[in-house]
Amino acid sequence: MSATLLVVQVLNGLQLGVLLFLIAAGLTLVFGVMDFINLAHGVQYMLGAYLAVMFYAMTGSFLLALGGALVAALAFGLVLEFAVFRHLYDRDHLDQVIATFGIILFLNQGVKLIWGAAPLGLPIPDALSGSVLLMPGLLYPVWRLVIIGSGLAVGVILYVLVAYTRVGMLVRAGATHAPIVSALGVDIRRLFMIVFGFGTMLAAFAGVMIAPILSVEPGMGDTILILAFVVIVIGGIGSIRGAFVAALLIGLVDTLGRSFAVDILRLVMAPSPARTVGPAIASMLIYLLMALVLYFRPTGLFPARGRS
Amino acid sequence: MADPVLRLNGLRKAFGALVVTDDVDLDVGEGELHAVIGPNGAGKTTLINQISGLLSSDAGSIRFDGHDVTHMPVHARASLGLARSFQITSILPGFSALANVALAVQARSGSSFRMVGRADAEAALNTPAMAALAEVGLADRADVLAGHLSHGEKRALELAIALAMQPKLLLLDEPMAGTGHEETERLVAVLRRLKGRFPMILVEHDMTAVFALADRISVLIYGRVLASGAPEAVRKDPRVVAAYLGEEME
Amino acid sequence: MTDAPIAVPRARPRMPSLTAELLPALIFIAFALVPVLAATGAETYLLSLFTRVMIFAIAAMSLDVLVGYGALISFGHAAFVGLGAYAVGILSSHGINEALIALPVALAAAALFAWLTGAICLRTSGVYFIMITLAFGQMAFFTASSLAPYGGDDGLTVKLRNTLFGFPVFRNERAFYYVVLICLLGAYVLCRMLVVSRFGRVFRGARENPTRIAALGFEVFRYQLVAYVVAGALGGLSGFLLANATEFVSPAYMSWQRSGELIIMVLFGGLGSLHGAIIGAAAFLLTEEWLSGLTEHWKVIFGPLLVLVVLFARGGLLGLAQKLRRLGRG
Repeated sequence: MSATLLVVQVLNGLQLGVLLFLIAAGLTLVFGVMDFINLAHGVQYMLGAYLAVMFYAMTGSFLLALGGALVAALAFGLVLEFAVFRHLYDRDHLDQVIATFGIILFLNQGVKLIWGAAPLGLPIPDALSGSVLLMPGLLYPVWRLVIIGSGLAVGVILYVLVAYTRVGMLVRAGATHAPIVSALGVDIRRLFMIVFGFGTMLAAFAGVMIAPILSVEPGMGDTILILAFVVIVIGGIGSIRGAFVAALLIGLVDTLGRSFAVDILRLVMAPSPARTVGPAIASMLIYLLMALVLYFRPTGLFPARGRS
Repeated sequence: MADPVLRLNGLRKAFGALVVTDDVDLDVGEGELHAVIGPNGAGKTTLINQISGLLSSDAGSIRFDGHDVTHMPVHARASLGLARSFQITSILPGFSALANVALAVQARSGSSFRMVGRADAEAALNTPAMAALAEVGLADRADVLAGHLSHGEKRALELAIALAMQPKLLLLDEPMAGTGHEETERLVAVLRRLKGRFPMILVEHDMTAVFALADRISVLIYGRVLASGAPEAVRKDPRVVAAYLGEEME
Repeated sequence: MTDAPIAVPRARPRMPSLTAELLPALIFIAFALVPVLAATGAETYLLSLFTRVMIFAIAAMSLDVLVGYGALISFGHAAFVGLGAYAVGILSSHGINEALIALPVALAAAALFAWLTGAICLRTSGVYFIMITLAFGQMAFFTASSLAPYGGDDGLTVKLRNTLFGFPVFRNERAFYYVVLICLLGAYVLCRMLVVSRFGRVFRGARENPTRIAALGFEVFRYQLVAYVVAGALGGLSGFLLANATEFVSPAYMSWQRSGELIIMVLFGGLGSLHGAIIGAAAFLLTEEWLSGLTEHWKVIFGPLLVLVVLFARGGLLGLAQKLRRLGRG
């Protein structure tokens, strides 16, 4: 275990964390403000990736692909909101879980129909491909740094928006106590649409940014969805700050855990069982973390609705 | 007085900087109906919640029937015989009125971890339940879904549930809240009939009911007990008149 | 109102509605007749299909106890099924093929897991409960995936179905079918007894108003935990039968998608009516079977179907039937 490896894995952890934050931010807002469990958020991330691949094939430009994907994903998301989600805001969580589960099935199969089941790729823009020397012996891919940077930038923008604008104030109020916001005469439907649209774009953005690194395939949104839910539960539902902290925490724990679990276990047990148990524990780490957090803080670290 | 059934000593509860229960001493003796009155926001429901265990107290002690229940959870206090009715009706709307009360009887009679036999066919539970319903005048509404009862009937059901628990102390949190004139009279008659059977704490705004029923009255203002004693003494206490009752009661 | 003692009218016993008693009976009779009818056509196919329906019906029914009667939306129920299955698989890989050993192990493993995880999950409520049950389901999934000696990701073949008292009863498709049917019947009776008993009344009350239940003197947590363990054990039974039916165990049996499917089965039939879960499991699996025969992209149809069911047929098939009956009457 060298210092270089550690730094690389920390950076990888940050990159995963930032990605999770982009997805979790939209999820936590939608849940916090509208009390709506949206399992379909993961497929919106997947859709962003697929749309980027499609627009890239049409234009050859990453930037245009990104822009096109965001616009198309937003449009699609709003259609979904209008056709399906709008009718579920008043329903209980069970209904929302099942209905959005149905959307997952539909879209996972849909992209298979349109683009086929084989994994697709998106090339990194030339200027940003390649690696950069961060410290002696440490070459790190530029694109991953771009992801970290853009994620942090989005985080700052979100924070400013939520903390300093009028809409942001309404969002914060809605996350704390939605019925009152409506009773104050705010057009709650428009607010919901804005929150939802924003969340969709964030998820799509994450999908586009990760597409060059991961393969774009049906079902890619499923695992990340679960992780995102773990993030918002740990962070506290409705809280952007909570999502940020929890996302980075989980990104780091998961990445470092997977890299070093076997090594750490080798300190206390023989190599062979360590190699079996290690990966299992590594996959479970974030769930153990969530169980632990919920045990001491049943509503997460920074719940938007005041702690009881 | 013989050992009181309930003794509160220096009870205190604060939410942040707001002190809602401020060094409250109170006791309730055998068979006594002790009314707690005070303006809205005085902390009456908070006090009831502290006594029943829904809220933990920051300081002070609660002794009930010889046990120190200050740190016991709600269900443990209920098992000891502390029954309460809720200010905002808290019944099981999907169960029949009879089942609501039978469940209360069930709580006091034997193990509820029994998984054999139909609970709602047990005469041992249904008969006392019907008796309690009859006490509050709901005998003919036994098979109606509790959620379909009128507001006044639901308040009466709350009372029947509390009765079925064979309480050693009954906490009544505004049982007449929102009831019309006729139903209020009916509830007062029921309470008068129950007086003496077991001690009660009655939180109420309806002054006619309070002065008709209470053996003793404590007046709560801003979380502090301003005055406590026999109804006539309290009624004439100038501090109480100034702070709450006003000249109309003279 | 006078102060004279009031005469206490006798409580009237409630007459069970004809449908509530008849429908479950019809369902079991129908299942019993399948092998007879199947003998005329594609026997193996139909038998194995309906065996699978009954196996998942057991799991769905146990989930209905939690979701329908207790409002405990467990998104990790498939873990119990998987544990029961893996009990069979692991024992089999070590040469132990007797049901009298495998079944208790399966039940115990599932019950133990339910007890340990339930003790933590039940301290939360609402969406947190959903999430933490999901988390534990995922933990089980990942543990199974990393069990290299037992197949890991790829799963494990069960070379021989369990013997019963040493007799290879399970290896006869018809006999196995009836074994599963008896298990389903037994599970149904158990769940029904649980739900109408004293215990069940407290448990159901806790769904409606936990504050009230606590105020009566019941410790809600204990009742919910017991129900959770019983439901988990029944899930383990389902897994035990599943491993025997498919002669294969895999981590996929415990995936969160499977847990979601179990919830859907319960919803399809109608929450809070045990025979509804059986109907729902049948509806789900038969629809899946039919649609996947039509096109490999059947999920494109199934997905929106789910959405439509949630939006318009919330009470599931039983709810629809009730609505139709009311329309017919009035």
